[in-house]
Amino acid sequence: MEDKQLKIHVSRLKKNFGKLEVLKDISLDIHEGEVVVLLGPSGSGKSTLLRCLNQLETATDGQILIDGHNVTDKRTDMNKVRENIGMVFQHFNLFNHLTVMDNMTLAPVHLKLMNKEEARAQAKKLLERVGLSDKADAFPSQLSGGQKQRVAIARALEMKPDIMLFDEPTSALDPEMVGEVLEVMKELAREGMTMVVVTHEIGFAREVASRVIFMEGGYIVEEGTPEEVLLNPKEPRTIDFLSKVL
Amino acid sequence: MAAIIQVYGTMLLRALGQTLLLTLLSLLFAIVIGMVFGLMNVGHNRVLNLIGTIYVDAVRGVPLIVLAYFIFFGIPAGIQGIGITGFRLSALQAGTIALSMNCGAYMAEIIRAGIESVDRGQMEAARSLGLSYGAAMALVVVPQAVRTMIPSIINQFIITLKDTSILSVIGFPELTNVGKTIMGNTFKNLQTWAIVGVMYMVVIVTLSKVAKSIERRVNRGR
Repeated sequence: MEDKQLKIHVSRLKKNFGKLEVLKDISLDIHEGEVVVLLGPSGSGKSTLLRCLNQLETATDGQILIDGHNVTDKRTDMNKVRENIGMVFQHFNLFNHLTVMDNMTLAPVHLKLMNKEEARAQAKKLLERVGLSDKADAFPSQLSGGQKQRVAIARALEMKPDIMLFDEPTSALDPEMVGEVLEVMKELAREGMTMVVVTHEIGFAREVASRVIFMEGGYIVEEGTPEEVLLNPKEPRTIDFLSKVL
Repeated sequence: MAAIIQVYGTMLLRALGQTLLLTLLSLLFAIVIGMVFGLMNVGHNRVLNLIGTIYVDAVRGVPLIVLAYFIFFGIPAGIQGIGITGFRLSALQAGTIALSMNCGAYMAEIIRAGIESVDRGQMEAARSLGLSYGAAMALVVVPQAVRTMIPSIINQFIITLKDTSILSVIGFPELTNVGKTIMGNTFKNLQTWAIVGVMYMVVIVTLSKVAKSIERRVNRGR
């Protein structure tokens, strides 16, 4: 692991919403190709931590380096850094006024990373990969939840990111659609994508995570391999949490 | 009634044209004003929020007729007061300014509400792809907001058209004002105002039908 490039470095991160301290003291290193799963009860700060990584939430204190760029520094061009961090949301957040194809090509074409033809060609390949090549001209309202989330993943991949963030990607899905989304994520993990995933899918964590982090009350309580954290947890709070969700 | 139409028909139509001219000019400026102040109120910059709020509150807190008097009589008098002579506003200029300001304040509220009705996740998703705030607004949020704004904008359009009649008080030759003139000449109160009323109604009903069909087309397939 040490010879792999350091992708995400978080040190002493704090985040307050008004008087509420959501993240109290988080330090974390994530290397290239790691799949890190954040577990924890709701309100533990795991989504906030994820959203701090691409600065959808601005950190109150501490430092975050993404590929060496200090994103907690106001002078950093955050838009440029975000081009390399894909994010998938719980509620998909597809652009409802645009077709699947336009959802995917909007940002890369506007940002002049590709011309329209290149963007469309790549989008077609990605849609094929997520099993939705026949949906390019559909509007989001015509898709099922699982299909929407797969489009959302493809849209993020269209930017050729080297880090992908997943914020409870299957929590808003009907049970029978969870599998199709997890399948796409597993494939992505196998291909070596650096991933940070907030999820309640313990099975996914066990199968694909290279590291599991258990959070509670704004702190990292326990971290380690899936075997260590999920099968042999040491902290009473982790044991308690796992006994409730397993 | 036929006699009135025969004698004053062209005059009434010309007045209707003036009414529509004033409405369209005002609406055009109002959309620009509304965009500027509406966007000021949506962002999180406190100074801009304050400016936006003051504008909207100030203009909405003053009756249009007072605003029209203030701009048509008050401002030239004030400018004369500081020693500059010969400054005058035409009734069309003053009317357009007053109506644009008034309609702009309401438009700002419509635009603010429309933008805020778009789920926050849309902005976040756009930003997460590397788009700037402005690009995310222009390409993702506003296009979706426009759809919810259309009924309110149509409504405001109709209100503005009717509000032009208030500007008869500064002598602008719009429909109501010409109605007054005809009434003064003929003393036929009932017929004159029935004709004027029907003219407004025909235009407004036609416009709202057209607007409805535009609204339907925009929403099709969603």
